[in-house]
Parts: sequence; structure tokens; C-alpha cells
Amino acid sequence: MISTPLVRLATILFLLFCSTMARADAVDDALAKFFDDKFPRTEQGIDALAASGAANAPAILEALGDNRLLIDQADHLIVYQTTGGDLINAKTGEKLAGVEAGALKKVRVNNALRRAIDAAMGSLTLASPDPQKRLAAADAVFKARDATALKALDVQLAHEADPRVAEALRQARAAIIVLDSSTPSADRVAAVATLKARGDQDAQSLIDETAAKTDDPAVKAAALDAMAAIKAHLVWLNVLQNLIYGVSAASVLLLAAIGLAITFGVMGVINMAHGEMVMLGAYTTFIVQSALPPAFSQWSLAVALPLAFLVAAVVGIAIERLVIRFLYGRPLETLLATWGVSLILQQGVRSLFGANNRQVSAPDFMSGSFDWAGLQITTGRLWIVALAIIVFAALQLALRATSFGLRMRAVTQNRRMAAAMGISTSRIDMFAFALGSGVAGVAGVALSQIDNVSPNLGQGYIIDSFMVVVLGGVGNLWGTLLGALVLGVANKLLEPVIGAVLGKILLLVCIILFIQKRPRGLFALKGRAVEA
Amino acid sequence: MSTPALRLDRAGLIFLALTLGAAALAPVFALLVPRDSAFAMPPYVVALIGKYLCYAILAVALDLVWGYCGILSLGHGAFFALGGYAMGMYLMRQIGARGVYANPILPDFMVFLNWKELPVAWWGFHSFAYASLMVMLVPGLLAFAFGWFAFRSRVTGVYLSIITQALTYALKLAFFRNDFGFGGNNGLTDFKDVLGFSVQSDATRAALFSISALALALAYLVSKAIVSSKYGKALIAVRDSESRVRFLGYRVENYKLFVFVVSAVMAGIAGALYVPQVGIINPSEFDPGNSIEAVIWVAVGGRGTLVGAALGAIAVNFAKTYFTGAFPEYWLFGLGGLFVLVTLFLPKGLLGLLNMRRAARPAAAPPSPAAQEEGVQ
Amino acid sequence: MTLAATDDPKLTSTLLYLDGVSVSFDGYKALRGLSLTLAPGEMRAIIGPNGAGKTTMMDVITGKTRPDEGDVYFEGRHDLTRLDEAEIAELGVGRKFQKPTVFENHTVSDNLLLAAKAPRGVFATLFGGSGAAQNETIERILTTIRLADLRQTRAGGLSHGQKQWLEIGMLLAQDPKLLLVDEPVAGMTDAETAATAELLREISHDHSVVVVEHDMAFVRELGVKVTVLHEGSVLAEGSLDQVSADERVIEVYLGR
Ligand SMILES: Nc1ncnc2c1ncn2[C@@H]1O[C@H](COP(=O)(O)OP(=O)(O)O)[C@@H](O)[C@H]1O
Ligand SMILES: [Mg+2]
Repeated sequence: MISTPLVRLATILFLLFCSTMARADAVDDALAKFFDDKFPRTEQGIDALAASGAANAPAILEALGDNRLLIDQADHLIVYQTTGGDLINAKTGEKLAGVEAGALKKVRVNNALRRAIDAAMGSLTLASPDPQKRLAAADAVFKARDATALKALDVQLAHEADPRVAEALRQARAAIIVLDSSTPSADRVAAVATLKARGDQDAQSLIDETAAKTDDPAVKAAALDAMAAIKAHLVWLNVLQNLIYGVSAASVLLLAAIGLAITFGVMGVINMAHGEMVMLGAYTTFIVQSALPPAFSQWSLAVALPLAFLVAAVVGIAIERLVIRFLYGRPLETLLATWGVSLILQQGVRSLFGANNRQVSAPDFMSGSFDWAGLQITTGRLWIVALAIIVFAALQLALRATSFGLRMRAVTQNRRMAAAMGISTSRIDMFAFALGSGVAGVAGVALSQIDNVSPNLGQGYIIDSFMVVVLGGVGNLWGTLLGALVLGVANKLLEPVIGAVLGKILLLVCIILFIQKRPRGLFALKGRAVEA
Repeated sequence: MSTPALRLDRAGLIFLALTLGAAALAPVFALLVPRDSAFAMPPYVVALIGKYLCYAILAVALDLVWGYCGILSLGHGAFFALGGYAMGMYLMRQIGARGVYANPILPDFMVFLNWKELPVAWWGFHSFAYASLMVMLVPGLLAFAFGWFAFRSRVTGVYLSIITQALTYALKLAFFRNDFGFGGNNGLTDFKDVLGFSVQSDATRAALFSISALALALAYLVSKAIVSSKYGKALIAVRDSESRVRFLGYRVENYKLFVFVVSAVMAGIAGALYVPQVGIINPSEFDPGNSIEAVIWVAVGGRGTLVGAALGAIAVNFAKTYFTGAFPEYWLFGLGGLFVLVTLFLPKGLLGLLNMRRAARPAAAPPSPAAQEEGVQ
Repeated sequence: MTLAATDDPKLTSTLLYLDGVSVSFDGYKALRGLSLTLAPGEMRAIIGPNGAGKTTMMDVITGKTRPDEGDVYFEGRHDLTRLDEAEIAELGVGRKFQKPTVFENHTVSDNLLLAAKAPRGVFATLFGGSGAAQNETIERILTTIRLADLRQTRAGGLSHGQKQWLEIGMLLAQDPKLLLVDEPVAGMTDAETAATAELLREISHDHSVVVVEHDMAFVRELGVKVTVLHEGSVLAEGSLDQVSADERVIEVYLGR
């Protein structure tokens, strides 16, 4: 106990002594440590080099990390090899000629040393003129909690202009001092607050550690407090993240189901080949991508969208004219016949394109992901949500603002009355089918980005789509939207809790129970017309 | 079913004669006739036709609900598979210590998954009697629970069909999982013997064939008795005009529930007979496609004609065996085309066509129920 | 089954009691505060223009449509708004629909068999045959509705008038306490109409009957109390002569 201050004093004196001695050439001194090629010595060398702040220190450290730092113990020569292969004298910075790299010995490093190098690089680049680099450096220090960087942090913090970097620097500083019992209690409490503000997984574990280890009651209390706050925040973040996944799943469901809702609403028939319309849309995307010259590859989806709509709509019209038209008033038979059609379409595509998955690539602007307020967002998914919104809005507009839409709604609500008023229900059926199928084709373009493009693509969607329609009720697209949202979000919220399969089963049971209460869905039409 | 006495029509009598004849003669041709004789039934044919017979039972069960009560169940494949799994579990436990891991209690896949104890669901399956009970109880209870909700809430038509399909799909997902405890992806297989007889032996195969044929005859008789009773007449009335039946004071939901459960049990028995003959049961049996395919057997043969349903199952599966062997690429075109053509041009099926040809008294072939229902005002 | 909370004599002395019944479809009021009582054994004719709510009233009584408000009691004890179709039918309310609905795929006699008063449970119909007494009743009804020769004919093959009669026959077989008959003579010849009126009068000896009809000659022939419905509520009530003289009835229904 008594000895501790004494030892400390002695150390300081010793270091002072050393530093005066070494002032002549701190770099020289640091480099000397590498000659031994012993891990503890090398580590001292790294620290010393970082502390020297020499201009070529980063280059040397980097070379060390990459096994490019070479020594010649006999000639007392220390060189590093650039990535280009040149040999540079580390002391002088001069290029060496006539020396074979093979004749030199590499300074060995292990993982512990690599961490030390990273930390040292962090403190070295803290002063970089590029704010992006400073930010990265501050983050590196934060992660490494390298106490030697404290001084560099303080220096930089004193004149840092960029507020973001300043915040990162403060956080890095907080990470270092929060566990250091030599720091005054008030500073550490402030550090806890800084970490709490950061609020991510790393900050959380750091605060956890602090709460567990510290003897200081004030710090402990602050840490415990912050711990609870961060936990709550992370729970929220988690829920939000799952909500985002849910909305993303819902947009896919909506795209797949909305066409079905139209045909089912207008004609009361289930088109079991609806999933195959989606599949055709996906294959159209594939064909467009293979056919377009590479220069236009960024535009492939823009070309595929209208084309997929057309292809699916034409096939839809063919199905309606050739099969469904003759089964009017027999919904169960229609279901069977369209199932047959779906088998034929699947096998047709399989015969043409093979049974294997086809590769559809994403244009650059749709790939990748980004962080937003701690939430992970995939760019491709974001585009699909946008597409779903656009398709939904366009359909609403088509149904509300065009005379075709008016007639279609009339047929949906009361077919016989509409027919009596001179609406050609047979033509409306045909167009509704074309529209519903075409939208399915558009869905296929979106799905080609997130699912395997194979002949079985559509099968996975028909049941889910129908569940959406059941939930939403027919004759109202808002119902479909709500149904898709409820199913998509509920699915994703349940998934982490009880697993995907159990979640699906539970949802299914809920839907069955729901139908018990409202056999016609959330937004049901009422009246005699639908009582059949 | 004492009164009225069960009266069989000609088609029914011929059908019974055929199935009973097959039950009696198959062992003779399979076991007694010398192998090289032209009349000998090779083992693979026994197994193949035995399989068809199980499908025929499934078709009769499906016709009972669809043809006579208008319930288009797209979940009968699931009842079939559940019965099959119950039987498969018995067969698994019969393997005992002869498995790869030689564990006397745990089937191989459980040892492989490092399980230490037999899951509760597997208890009792060493007993044939218990397994047989489960063959009927599990599909029956599921049908009861599902039907109780669905029929009470008056879910009908395509809504009901799709929900049965979704149920099947959910079961498929569940059975695919290892931790669900029924062998996951691979299902149950490598059976050794049933009631002490090797499942591989010709004699056992012939016996299973005969039992399947007898079961088909029995399923036919029970179904015939049901549809000929006053209950059956009410059932047809429900199919044609559900709400009118309600106004007569019948509890339609109970009527539907009963026939649905009976039909599910029948499907379960069919599955149980199927599994020892094909030697495997896995989650793909739950595939929604299988259930719909069974519907097309009934449609081809003629819905509302029990004999037709059974014959349809045999005919379509015969064609399937032939086509998938000869032109594997074209089978799905053929099957898809069958769906389209039968619904468009042959709404009463082959037997209905025959009946019309003979201009016999119109059988209980259904008109479009939707058009009729609208009339109730 | 369900006991009414009240022992109101006005209620208990009636067979059918409707009070303030309102029904609306998507905002359209098909019934507005309809009130009507029927004494045991009474026959009542209901007339009114198309869309007056006559059929809707029957829907409410038979449990097909739930009223938004109002009371409906049968025999003063049973709250019909809380029972479903089958339960109401079991209580003894039979109905003939406006558009004849018979079981087209069944024979004439099977239609009657299904309607005949007998236990309705699943197992009763599964294991029980038709007793001799029941067969006799069916035979009697077949003669009454003049379809004895067609008993083995598929009901789908009957003419419109024959279907109407078959449906009345089904009502008879059901033997309910209260018969609701919706437009029984629509599409019938004069002779058939007269015969139907005769039949209904006969039935009314031991049943209570509510008949909805447009045909004035037919209503006159029935010779019973008439209720005029208009826009979902009662416009007038009384003998046919009384209501025919009513100014408002002439205005909205009979025409000047
Ligand atoms: N289920 C229903 N849905 C919507 N409107 C209905 C329904 N039932 C009846 N109506 C309307 O209520 C009104 C009364 O109908 P109804 O009772 O059939 O008249 P009536 O039988 O007197 O001719 C009519 O305008 C009809 O269109
Ligand atoms: Mg009317």
C-alpha cells in the first residue's frame, strides 16, 4: 500500500530520465526495440513509436502489421518494404539500393501485437487532416480502449472543429477513463453519460463492465442507471428493426396479393395460377437482363417492369378467355382448373429455362445497405417498399378516377345490377384479370431481387397472398394493404420470439379464429349481393 | 345402419366384386403361381397396385366430403400423411436394436440428433393397437378441431378450401423441422417388420395388398351407407342449398363436421396402409400439391359417385406411373391439362358420362352450388 | 330455450311479437321500427309495394338477418334475435321462400322426407329410417299438393308452379306452429292460385300463418286481416276492405 505512490514516483522519474536521454532521437530509440524481435520488446517499440508522433511512424507500423518490417541485426539496419516492393530505411526514410529483401529477417507479430498496432495507428491518425480519418481513428481508439492514446485524444479534442469528430473523440476518451480508477469520480460519471448517449452494443458492454467492476459508488450508480436506459433503448431499437423487416415483408406480400385481391374481388374466383404470374414476371426480368447490353444493365429493371406487366397480363387474358370464362359461377372448379394452369406454366418454364435457379443481379443503386439511427436498412428492400407504395397508389387511382375503375367497382359490388345497367361484365372480367395478372408480373420483378428465380417461385406466395386477401376482405384495396401489413409485421415480430415456422402456424390459427369473428374480412362488403 | 337396407346399384356391386376378388386372388397370383408363369404377379406390381388401392380409399374419403357435401378439402393429403406417420412411428419402433445405432428404444434419427429420451408423442407406439388407434384418432381430432371452428363460423367455398390448404402447408413446415420430433426432412424409413412379419417379404406385401383391397371395399360400403341414409340426403341438400337446410331446422355445422371427421379418419387409414407398402413417409406427403391431386382423381372419376372416385384414383395414378416413366417431362403438362379439361368438359367425370349415356335416372351429380344458393331469398 | 325476461301479458298472449324492429343495409333502412303481433291460430296477409321490407321481415323472424334494434319474440318466451336459423326452425317456425327453393337433386318424396317433422340430430338421421307413420304423412301430403304421381321425379325437373306446391308441401311436412309464406302464388295460373288459397285456408285451421302476397284477388280470397307495409313499417292494418279504403294505402300502393 505504502509502496504504490513510491513506485509510481520512481517510474515517473525513470521515464523522465529516459525521455531526456532519448530526446535526441525518440524514433531511433523506438526502432531499436524491434531488433530483438521479441514480442514484449516489439510492443514497447510500437508504443514508443506512436508516442514519438514521427511522420513516418504510420508507415512503419503498417509495415510491421503486414510483416513488411525487416531487420538486419548484423548491420543494425531496419528497413520496411513498401507495397510496391521498394526497401526504405526506417531511420532515415531513404530508399535502399542493392539490398535483397530475402536476405533480411522479418519482425514477427502476433495478434496481440496487431491489436497494439491498430491502437497505435488510431492515436497516430487522430491528428490526420482528413476528418473521416480522424473519425475512424477515434472509433478505433474507442474499440481498443488504448490508454496510451489519451494524451493524443486530449490534444486533438482541444482544437477539434468538426462536431461529429469531437463527439467521437469524447466517446473514445470516455471509454478509456470510465474504467480507470485513477480518474476523478466526477469525470467518470460524465464518461458514463457520454457512453450512454452513444447507446450501442459496445457502449452497453462497456457500461456493464463498469457497473460490475467499479468500487466507486457514484460511478456504479450512474452505470447501473445508464445500463437500464440503454437496455430499454436497445429493446426499442430491436422492435423498430423488426418493424422495418415487417414492413419490408408486408410490401412483398402486398405486391403479390394485390392482383389476387382484384381478381378475387371482381370475379369471386381464386386464381391458383396467380403465383405463376409472379414467376413469369421474375423470368421476364431475367430475360431482359440477359438480353440488354452490359452498358444498359443499370436500366434493366426499368425495362423489365412494363414488360413483366405486359407478359403477365397477356397470359392472364389468355387464361381468362380460354378457361375461367367458362367456369363462371363455379368458384371451386375455377380453383381446380387454374391449379392445372399453374402446373402447366411451371412445367413450361422448367422446360424452357431449366429447373435451376436463375441469377438476376441488382443494379448498383439497389444493392448494399446502410445504417440509420442504429437501424439496418437494405437498399433493395427500400426500393421494393417504394414500388409497393407506387403500385398501390396507381391502382387506387385507376379504380377511383377512371371509368374502367368505376365499372369494375360496380361489378365487384353487385354483378347482376351492374350487368343490368349495361356494363359488359365479361369485358370487365377480362380487363380485371389482365390488371391483376399484370400487377403480379410487376411483383415478380421485385421478387427476382430477393428470391430465387426458379419455376417454383410462385408457389411460395399463393397461400400467403390468399391469407392477405382473406384478412383484408374483398372489394377494398385498403383492406389488402392492412392485411399485408398485419401479416408481414406480425410475422416478423413473432419470428424472433417463437421461430419462423411456429410463427407461421400461430398466424394461421389466428386467421382461422379471425374468420370465425369476421367471415368476410376486415373490410367486408355487406348486402345481398355478396350473400351467395 | 339397419334401416333402410343398404341397396347397391350395379356399379357398386361390380366394384365390390372387383375389390373383393382382388383381395382374394392377389395372394394366389403373387405367391402360388410360379414366378415364370405369365399369370404371376411380380412383387413390384403388388406394391404398385397396393399403393393405388390406398389412393382409392383416399379418393372415396374425399368424395364423401366434396361430392356429397360440397366441401372442397385441400387438406386430405394431410390427414392421409398423419395416418401414415402414425403407422410409420409404429414401424420405426419395431426396428428396435436393429437400427444403425442399435438403440433398443430410440429410432436412429433421434440418436443421431443426440436425444436422450423418447419424446412423449412417441410413447405407446411400440404397440400396434395403440398405433392403429392413433391412425384414426389424430386425423379425426384434427379434422374435428378444424371443422368445429370453420363450420360454426360458416366458412364455405373457396375460403374453406384455401384454409385447408394453408393448414396442410403449416403441417408440412412443421414436419420438416428436426425438433418437431418426427424425423425432419428424411421422415421415417428403413422399416423392418410389421406385427413380426418382414415388410420386405412377398407374403407380407401380398397380405398388405389384400388388406388394402378389403379396406377399400369397407370404405366404399361405409360411405355408401352414409350417403344412402337420411343423413346422406340431408348432406346432399346441404351441398345444393345450405341455408335452405338450416331453415328446415338442421344444424348444418354438425352435419358437415361429422362427415368431415369420418372422411379424415378414412384418409388416415389409407395413409397407414400406404406407408408399409412404400416403405417411407416424409414431409413431402404434406405437400399441398398432393391434396389437390387427390381432388382431380375424384373429378376424373366423377364426384358424387363413390365408385367413380375410386376408379379415378386408380386410373390417374396408373397414367402417372406410365407417363413419369416414359415421358417424365410431359407428365405435369398432362396433369395440368387434366385439371383444365375435366373441369371444363367433364364436370361429372367419367362415371357421370357413362350414367348420362345410359340415360339412367339422374344420379346425385351436383349442379353449381353457388348459383343455387343465391336463390334463397 | 331462451326465456324472455318479462312476463308482459301483451307479449305472452301472442304467438309472434315484433316491436320496433329496425334493419339497415349499408345505411339503407329496410325496416324502420316495424311492430306487429300475431295471435295463436291467426292467419295474416301482408301486402306492400316492392322493397317495403316484407321479405326482410321474414328474414328477421327466421334468424337470417339480425335486427339492429327491436324485439322479436315467439310464443312470448323465445327471443328470436338470439337464436340461429336452425334453432328457430326447431321451435316451430317454417318458411316458404319467395323464389321456390327445393332440393333439386332429390326426388319429390325425399324433399318431403327431409322436411318431415322428425329428430334432426346427426345420429338420428344416420341410423333412423322413416317410420311408417311418417311415410303415411308424406303420402297424404303428396296427395294434397297433387304430386303423388311425381313422387320419384327429381325436384329439379318440376315446373315452377309444382315447385311452389312442393315447397308448401315441405312446410306441411315440417308441421310448424307458424308458417311464413312469401309470395306463394307468383307465377301460378288462376286455377292454381285459387287452389293455393284453398289450401292455405285449410292449413290455417290448425296453424298460424303469415302470407306475403301481391295478388289482391288471392288476398281477398283468403279473407283474413291484412297488414300493409311501406318503407319498412306498418302503414295500415285491418280487413282488406278497410285498408283498401285508406287514403295513404291508395296513395303508396294501390294507386288511384
Ligand atoms: N341483404 C340485403 N342487402 C342489401 N339490401 C337489402 C338486403 N335485403 C333487403 N335489402 C333491401 O331492403 C329493401 C327491402 O327488401 P325486401 O324485404 O326484399 O322487400 P319486399 O320483400 O317487400 O319486396 C329492398 O330495397 C332491398 O333492396
Ligand atoms: Mg320480397
